[in-house]
Amino acid sequence: MLWTFSAGCGIITCTDGHDRLERCVLHGCHIAPAFVTPTETTVPVESSAAGNASSCVLTAILTPTRWTVCYQCGKCTAGCPVAAAVDMAPNQIVRALQLGNFEKAMTSDAIWACVSCQTCSTRCPQSVDCAGIMDALREVSLRRGLASPAQKTVVAFQQAFLNNIRRNGRLDEIELIAEFKFRALPSERSLGFLLKDAGLAPQLQKRHKLHLRGEKVKDRAVVRRIFERCGDGKHA
Amino acid sequence: MRLAYYPGCALHGSSNDYEQSLRACLGKLEVEPQEIKEWICCGATAAHALNHKLSIALPARNLALAEQQGFEDMLAPCPMCSMQLLKAAKLMDEDAGLRREISTVIEAEASGRVKVLNLIQVFQRIGLDRIKPAVKKPLADLKPACYYGCLLTRPPDVVKFDDPEQPRSMEAIMAVLGAKPVDWNYRTECCGAGMTMAKEETVLELSQRILADAQQHGANCLVTACPMCHVNLDMKQGDTEKRYGVRFGLPVYYLTDLVGLALGISPEELGIDRHFVKVRRPLEPVPNAAKEPALGVAKGPHVPV
Repeated sequence: MLWTFSAGCGIITCTDGHDRLERCVLHGCHIAPAFVTPTETTVPVESSAAGNASSCVLTAILTPTRWTVCYQCGKCTAGCPVAAAVDMAPNQIVRALQLGNFEKAMTSDAIWACVSCQTCSTRCPQSVDCAGIMDALREVSLRRGLASPAQKTVVAFQQAFLNNIRRNGRLDEIELIAEFKFRALPSERSLGFLLKDAGLAPQLQKRHKLHLRGEKVKDRAVVRRIFERCGDGKHA
Repeated sequence: MRLAYYPGCALHGSSNDYEQSLRACLGKLEVEPQEIKEWICCGATAAHALNHKLSIALPARNLALAEQQGFEDMLAPCPMCSMQLLKAAKLMDEDAGLRREISTVIEAEASGRVKVLNLIQVFQRIGLDRIKPAVKKPLADLKPACYYGCLLTRPPDVVKFDDPEQPRSMEAIMAVLGAKPVDWNYRTECCGAGMTMAKEETVLELSQRILADAQQHGANCLVTACPMCHVNLDMKQGDTEKRYGVRFGLPVYYLTDLVGLALGISPEELGIDRHFVKVRRPLEPVPNAAKEPALGVAKGPHVPV
């Protein structure tokens, strides 16, 4: 299967007859109208199957972020508090997308190191929602099993968090920590990691900040239904 | 003022000192926020990072509940919650189709009537001119670094509050309390937020920069309106000092702590004794001390009226 890169606007469309359709026949995902464009001057770009399958969903959820209009001024990266410590800076992520290299962006460490501080989106002179791009990449990367193995701990935390809300409606901190440690242990593989925050418990207890049993909402069934309708099953 | 209260998980969890402080302080100003019945988590970073639709649905459910319970204004003292609530409201306002879709998902409708307020906006609603005469113990010895963090002012098109680069609304409140807020550079830098557990080194690094800048600019404490910022700067301050071999010893107050102290509420009633960084006696307010005007305030165009 081929994806084409329309020179000039940087818009990616599917060449297997999926463009000009509201729904991608191959993957069943919605294609935003912005991406259903004629492809006059096209340069075919071949990429791996995983990259292709993901980019179809990606382009749809990326649309509101205005990712195509980035002109690489680098203001996002200049203000990013974690850019110096990651494999790809925010502007490099956006560039990779524009060049059709979805997989590189989705497998990067940077998308999970992002702290969602919104500085990049706030300062962008082109109103590109760079923080929104990070969210979109994380969502699709996880769904397609492309999340960087080096970032398993962060992924584990976010998944444990959502599972917790799904069960209780509100966050149960102790349960969250327990599930997070359990999920992250295979990748962290150290006793130190397991016990790191244990010393904090008596400190919190002394300050009446430790709740052995977290709050739960009464109508937890509705919470579960909301999660299901959002396509968020239990994170295994 | 009839005000719905959306505590969010943090204020009912390990940041319950913030709730104690908030209730004591607002109570003194005769504002009794009423907790929204059956509120659920806003989803925070986990939802917006992993599931876009969920990150709209969860806050939307809370907006709908507040509306059903007859509220028009809603205080969300955690900036993460308030930003998520405002974002959901904005996206649904812009797209009627999305509102219908989300209504089906959450089994309720959020029509967009409920107005979400952050803590500073509630103080502005009460009126700084009303707070000023109620100050019993001016905080003349305090030189706070007002720390806004990320989400009180960002993204600006969502939260529509103060200036995203040079906010002054907290400084304006400090001036009313008789404190002398310092001018410093890291007021809107990120502390690492929800990465406290998952990526501790990020939090320690970013917090170190913030604390060091506050110290260099002569602050003798920090003031924040965010439970996550408080965790990272207060609870984690010892770890930060240890990792970088430095000593800050900077108490970190919630905004309601300082307003409360100035109104004459005791530190214990506000829960200040439950913070991690010890509050040294000299930093506590001295009754009727020097009344010179505070420096560094009221010079920007963004001082709220």
